[in-house]
Amino acid sequence: MPSLKDFRVRIASVQSTKKITSAMKMVAASKLRRAQEAAEAARPYSERMEKMLGNLAGSFKGQAGAPKMMAGTGKDSVHLVLVMTANRGLCGGFNSNIIRNARALIRELKDKGKKVKVLCVGRKGRDSLRRDYRDLIVDSFTEFARKRVAFTEAAEVSAKVTEMFNAGQFDVCTMIYARFKSALTQVVSRQQIVPFPVPETTAAAVPYEYEPSDKEILEDLLPRNLAIQIFRSMLENAASEQGARMTAMDNATRNAGEMISGLTLKYNRTRQAMITKELIEIISGAEAV
Amino acid sequence: MTDTVQLELVSPERLLLSEPVDMVVVPGTDGYFGVLPKHAPVISTLGPGVIDVYRNGAIAQQYFVDGGFAEVNATGVTILVDEALPVTEITKAKADERRIAAQDRLDKATNDDDKRRATLALRVAEEMAAVAGRAA
Repeated sequence: MPSLKDFRVRIASVQSTKKITSAMKMVAASKLRRAQEAAEAARPYSERMEKMLGNLAGSFKGQAGAPKMMAGTGKDSVHLVLVMTANRGLCGGFNSNIIRNARALIRELKDKGKKVKVLCVGRKGRDSLRRDYRDLIVDSFTEFARKRVAFTEAAEVSAKVTEMFNAGQFDVCTMIYARFKSALTQVVSRQQIVPFPVPETTAAAVPYEYEPSDKEILEDLLPRNLAIQIFRSMLENAASEQGARMTAMDNATRNAGEMISGLTLKYNRTRQAMITKELIEIISGAEAV
Repeated sequence: MTDTVQLELVSPERLLLSEPVDMVVVPGTDGYFGVLPKHAPVISTLGPGVIDVYRNGAIAQQYFVDGGFAEVNATGVTILVDEALPVTEITKAKADERRIAAQDRLDKATNDDDKRRATLALRVAEEMAAVAGRAA
């Protein structure tokens, strides 16, 4: 049976763990608020970009000569999977959910006989996928979002994707990230970003004039749109991560609390048992005299 | 003059401006153009330059942008930019700093893509310096 001192040590250690998890929960809560604001602030841009792209794409509908990034390469033999995870752990099932989804996708594609390449954004995804798919990972980005996600960081990722696409290194690119639904729910989502899925527009009702030309604008707009999509998912991911961490830490704090009360109960019982035992010893000693 | 045009200036990080204005002059790649109410629908790319926002017949606000897109339609003007700075915040020192960084990148660039990007950054920095020079 553990001694009283053992109990005291256990209780003290659980208590300090509880302090840490509850502090982490509060930090995550405040970071979540900021991340959510950032994600919301980025929304107008991507919405308007989508509208503009829709208008432009309308004028290309059914026409040959659309840029490759929209029309595709005409093949789909090489897939690039963009796996977006967090840089840090301790956020419940957040990273593992994304990674599981990525693994499933990679297997699916491999079963279909496609060639798969992986681009990791986030340290956790890279570390985990490196174990099984070391030779598939073409590159990884882990130095980002130290404080907040900056657009330039997303631009870097998208520049890499664009460069690879222009060099003909892949045909289709899918990105996997956690869409932020609420602080409690994050949905792991897949989104095809290359070739760009043309939004179903109500056809450009207004005939636009284009400066310089529609083709040039589209060629400029598409890579930029890619950067925006990546930026947006990075923001969503950041918000999801904090949401997941907050929930995980909340659970951990509650568990620690339960554990402490259980241990305290046992500690008190043991203490009483010892006092009783001592008393019995004294009494029976006195009786024997 | 009661007619106004709805101007929206958006950067990836936030919505900078969304209000009716008298006129706005934007730096298109083929030259600056002004947008008044009932302008014909246009989609244009933007070069580095300054956006002038006119209110009550005078320039009310000026933003330096590094490039982007402008869409003019019946509902107004939407300007998408990577970066927009109020002209009052631009200083010669900042512009020079950028130019040096861009020049450095250009010198280090190994492939065409890098070179193209660095040249672009250099152009933005030069334009910024010019704007700073004019403001001073």
